Amino acid sequence: MLRRRFMVMAGVGLVVPLAPIHAVHATPAEVAALIAELVGEGEVRDGRVRLDLPVMVENGNSVGMTVSVDAPVGELRSIDVFAEGNPLPHVARFRFGPRAGAPRVATRIRLATSQTVIAVAKLADGSCWRDSVDLLVTLAACID
Amino acid sequence: MVRVLIGVPKQVKRDEPFEVKLLISHPMESGQRRDAMGQAIPRDIINSFVCTYNGEEVLRAELFPAIAANPFLSFAVVAQESGTLEMRFTDDHGVVQTETVRVTVG
Amino acid sequence: MSQSGDYGIDGRCQAALFALLMLLASACLAQEKRSGYQDASPETRAMQDDDAANPGFLWVQQGEALWSQRATGTLGSCADCHGSAPITMRGVAARYPMFDQKLGRPITLAQRIQQCRVERQGDTPLRPEGDALLGLTAYVGLQSRGMPMAVAIEGPARAFFESGKALFATRQGQLNLSCSQCHDGLAGQRLAGSVIPQGQPNGYPEYRLEWQGMGSLDRRIRNCLVGVRAEPLAPDAPELANLELYLGWRANGLAVETPAVRP
Repeated sequence: MLRRRFMVMAGVGLVVPLAPIHAVHATPAEVAALIAELVGEGEVRDGRVRLDLPVMVENGNSVGMTVSVDAPVGELRSIDVFAEGNPLPHVARFRFGPRAGAPRVATRIRLATSQTVIAVAKLADGSCWRDSVDLLVTLAACID
Repeated sequence: MVRVLIGVPKQVKRDEPFEVKLLISHPMESGQRRDAMGQAIPRDIINSFVCTYNGEEVLRAELFPAIAANPFLSFAVVAQESGTLEMRFTDDHGVVQTETVRVTVG
Repeated sequence: MSQSGDYGIDGRCQAALFALLMLLASACLAQEKRSGYQDASPETRAMQDDDAANPGFLWVQQGEALWSQRATGTLGSCADCHGSAPITMRGVAARYPMFDQKLGRPITLAQRIQQCRVERQGDTPLRPEGDALLGLTAYVGLQSRGMPMAVAIEGPARAFFESGKALFATRQGQLNLSCSQCHDGLAGQRLAGSVIPQGQPNGYPEYRLEWQGMGSLDRRIRNCLVGVRAEPLAPDAPELANLELYLGWRANGLAVETPAVRP
């Protein structure tokens, strides 16, 4: 009996906690609202931004992402990234200064589930551009 | 103080963009997880990052819980003269850590 | 190669021998030895390939600092005896686990580091699975990177090796699975979304995306045991070292990849 209890405790201790606190994920509407707030008066068009993410994600804990913009770096003001399926949809905001060497940034992000990730770039002339990737996030076969 | 690894080329050319790679040792606790007793593990992340070169801004980032643990950042810098690359990041407790690297422009 | 008109008794014997050899070869090598690197996605591999982007190097950096550190009241740092690690530790990790004459059983590299700290440095042991021990183990492991695993099992180590090999083939846990069933028999096929690797230990300590951190082979094996709902082995259980001795030998020839990155 003691042995079984130890096993259960050990199992519970090692299993990554799964119960989230907020809603399991945001909604496309929430993200649309965040983007509208970012864009303001103007409109956001598809293009000029390239969001590099693998379509098949091996582990949602760490996914390599690069966002690059087709514009001279001096004209790039900011890049925002949103994840429609994460509990908190805003992933990051990057602002580019005078010493920035290229209109791109790379990092690693967490993705809770299969979803659409959206990048929005704002240029100096006020125009906003977007790209999105629909990806599949597989769960690890052995948790921990 | 958290461990930081900064990758910068030994020698860079004037006006030619060079890549900076940054790794920070930090769990980036998202605030979404619960512990073995069912208690919420509070959020604890690095929430902002600023990189300057000789005082001029390169990149400023607001980071949220969806940034993966042991954050990695890679971006390009362009320099006209040798100088100091400074990286400053702040966590949820308000602790600021600054790392500097000398860059030689040849 | 014989000419078409040249087949006689010699030719048939040759053909029979060749067929027999192929049969024997296929019985020993169910498939070619393959590092977990090859079963990981291109993105995960890219993380490992770039030292400036490999999170494992955060631990290597810590290990490198610890190597030269001498705590007050102790007899010396690692460097005081071993000098420069890239020189003196070259090829060392590739030979672990190794039989320890004094203990009379095999020990892992992490156990050897702890042994040095306590018996030769007059220092306290590091916390198992803690950043410091992982860092030191990874730093020493790095000095074997690219070199083939070369674990020895002859002589006094043989009995422990056989014990580890037997454990690898033993069904256990509520799921009643042996390591061999998945990692020999089903390697390359999928479990849920993941490719089942051969379970080679050539990259440890490694940065595992599932852990969001660095971990040892001990930890991975304990997780596997929990996965089949078997009793996990205690950190210093001799069965663990025996199993790791077997796994090390099984990986002989594969290049050390420490610090590896895995999903």
